[in-house]
Amino acid sequence: MGRHFSTKFITGLTLAAALCASALSAPASAASLKMAWKQDATGLDPHKQTAFSSIRLLELIYEPLVRFDKDLQIVPAVASSWEFAPDAKQITFKLDPKAKFQDGKPVTSADVKASFERLLDEKTAAAARANFLSIASIEAPDPQAVIFKLSQPDVPLLTAMASINAAIVPAAEITAGTVGTKALGSGPFKLDKWEPNSKETLSANKDWAGGKVGVDGIDISVLPDETAILAALRTKQVDFALINDPLVATLIPNEKSLVLNRTPVLAYHVLQLNPSRKPMDNLAVRQAISCAVDRQDVLDTASVGEGKVTGPLTMPGYTADASTLPCYKKDLTKAKKLMADAGFGSGFSATVIAANGEPATAAAEAQVLQSQLAEIGIKLDIKMMELNVYVDAWLKGDFDMAVALNGGRADPYSMYNRYFTKTGNLQKVSNYIDDTLDSLMQKGRVETDPAKRKTIFADFEKHLVEVSPWIWLYTSYSYTAQQKNVQGFQPTPEGSLFGLSKVSLN
Amino acid sequence: MTYLAKRLLTFPLVMLGVSILVFVAIRMVPGDAITAMLGTEAGLLTPAQRQALAAYFGIDQPILVQYGHWLLGVFKGDLGISVIHGKPVLGIILERFPLTLELALLSMMIAILVGLPAGIFAATRTEKLSDLGVRIIAMIGQSTPNFVTGLLLIYALSAGFGILPTMGEFTPLTVDPLKNLGQMILPAITLGFAFAASVARISRSAMLDVLSEDYVRTARSRGAPKRWVIWRHALPNALIPVVTISGVEFGYLLGGAVLVEQIFALPGLGRLVLEAILQRDYALVQGCVLFIAFNFMVVNLLVDLAYVALDPRIRLGEGS
Repeated sequence: MGRHFSTKFITGLTLAAALCASALSAPASAASLKMAWKQDATGLDPHKQTAFSSIRLLELIYEPLVRFDKDLQIVPAVASSWEFAPDAKQITFKLDPKAKFQDGKPVTSADVKASFERLLDEKTAAAARANFLSIASIEAPDPQAVIFKLSQPDVPLLTAMASINAAIVPAAEITAGTVGTKALGSGPFKLDKWEPNSKETLSANKDWAGGKVGVDGIDISVLPDETAILAALRTKQVDFALINDPLVATLIPNEKSLVLNRTPVLAYHVLQLNPSRKPMDNLAVRQAISCAVDRQDVLDTASVGEGKVTGPLTMPGYTADASTLPCYKKDLTKAKKLMADAGFGSGFSATVIAANGEPATAAAEAQVLQSQLAEIGIKLDIKMMELNVYVDAWLKGDFDMAVALNGGRADPYSMYNRYFTKTGNLQKVSNYIDDTLDSLMQKGRVETDPAKRKTIFADFEKHLVEVSPWIWLYTSYSYTAQQKNVQGFQPTPEGSLFGLSKVSLN
Repeated sequence: MTYLAKRLLTFPLVMLGVSILVFVAIRMVPGDAITAMLGTEAGLLTPAQRQALAAYFGIDQPILVQYGHWLLGVFKGDLGISVIHGKPVLGIILERFPLTLELALLSMMIAILVGLPAGIFAATRTEKLSDLGVRIIAMIGQSTPNFVTGLLLIYALSAGFGILPTMGEFTPLTVDPLKNLGQMILPAITLGFAFAASVARISRSAMLDVLSEDYVRTARSRGAPKRWVIWRHALPNALIPVVTISGVEFGYLLGGAVLVEQIFALPGLGRLVLEAILQRDYALVQGCVLFIAFNFMVVNLLVDLAYVALDPRIRLGEGS
């Protein structure tokens, strides 16, 4: 008996010692920020990568000409100033003379010209090229000046240039063909090591033109389960983490040592109808669906109330009071009448597609919508798909309805021209266009007066909700969680982590 | 020896079959490497851009040509290049395999050290309270999904005691054994619990069968001590189904314990293959599956050879 006890005791002691040794192991550097996220970047080429997870990493390493601040105002990055010509057909940028790449070489107009030419070259296969098609030519009259000549007025072009997809990379790296294999930018951090889907090590760029970086570096771990991320925060293995699941985020405030940063974002949760298929081709049916959906209930049930009911425009400066939009108050009587008028008084059956875990609330949203639409006789069959399979079906427009989380943009034109203009690249996905929408989008594109643009896009939004090709539901939050000793992080509505450049550890 | 040679000769044929299956299956799934990289933004590509990307990912050729190129490489020991990692597939697999192998061995150790004695204990106390206890625990172990056990362990340790193994990285046993054990013990317990439950149930039922055999009764009637009868006479014969189940489970574990590796953020083979599938990294998926299939065949062969060692009456390869 005694021997059994001592064997158990020694085994237990070894287990505890091993766990403690592992748990208490020292960080790589006292002033390095230990960070965790669920999804890793899928590549290092800033012109090609479009995944949210890749952008979050690349915006720490690379810089575009301009960037957004926390209020989505355009502020300098590699360029220190810029000016539109009065006819909005030319933009001139002056580069920051202090801007340097991480190898110490200055950022010049030749690098800017080469970067945009690479982006526009079809062989590069940059999806973001679609946002820059108005660029007719690029001139570099001196090392600090770049002139973009446009084929037509394009006011939203400047906001497109704030994306990391328009990052400035060294012309020499483009010539050598090493963009994407070697991460060399002018941003606040240098990438020292990348083990895909496992970890990244970044060190502060001492020459960064934006000022002193507050930490020595960032050690990022990929922890694919957010419950494990929460556990790592609890045990102080991690200083800072990106959280996607609102259910996990709502647990953070229960932990005394942790702080939750919660920022409204531009991305929107939406039920996309397919107006090319019967009976969604019928306006009354689409409007009936809009009237039957209780958006607040979807938000409360699927996302524990973490968000805000929205119309199509989610960006500051353009957002309307959602309650003033048509059918934003659930009205079953009106919905049933519309269904009867359309000849579907007894309802119909349809399939709704949703991606597993993308977003985390997708399945729950589909279920709530299923029960709400059953009230007007619509029998929804939910088809959950792996993300890539879902994307394939979505791009082909191969669905009756789709639950989606679509990315937002700071400018309404950039956000919706792909879906709701006659030449939109994703017309096949929205399957809806009319003359009013197209004409309002074209007017908004060339209008330079902010007040007039606001009116144009307010009309666009109202018309879009009236014709209801999609049912806009809500915008949610981006979440980051941090230890209390992490100071100075500034979140933004795009969910950017660029604010880590000013973070310090006390 | 002839049997061994015959079995070894089937290896290339099975591998060829597996390679065709995985090559076709991964390409039949909707979505490709382009949509995996760009998501819905892939819709913004022009046909020329799509063509350029297809050439980059090596999916612009007819499937037969792609397969031919890849197979030729495999014969030369080159499993291709992973587009996500930008490195040779074989190198990535060999980097990840030690973790998976260690996890599988530790889990099996736990399973054998806990499951086998528990099964024998229960078999010798059949229909008593202690037998019932073992059976209930084994039932719980078998029916509780790995991810539930893993998450409960993580929650209990982090919320209750404020400790947790270092996650997101792997320290090899040879570098720092204590840290390595700290990282591996919880995942190994998580996997070992269910594994031990299977071993306990199988060994209990096998032991009960053997204990009712004539030769055991004879041994007992000759006055052999109970322990001697169990350990010397009954156990070797009861071990055959235990070896079978352990071999199968071990083979699965060598393919990576996907859920457990996900929860504990262990960079093992299971996570590697899962990520490769999600990101449509075709060369990596093909290489991983081929490697896993090879391991499985080796384990199966070792299990068959173990039968002979355990029961000399078994003669492999002599008729059916």
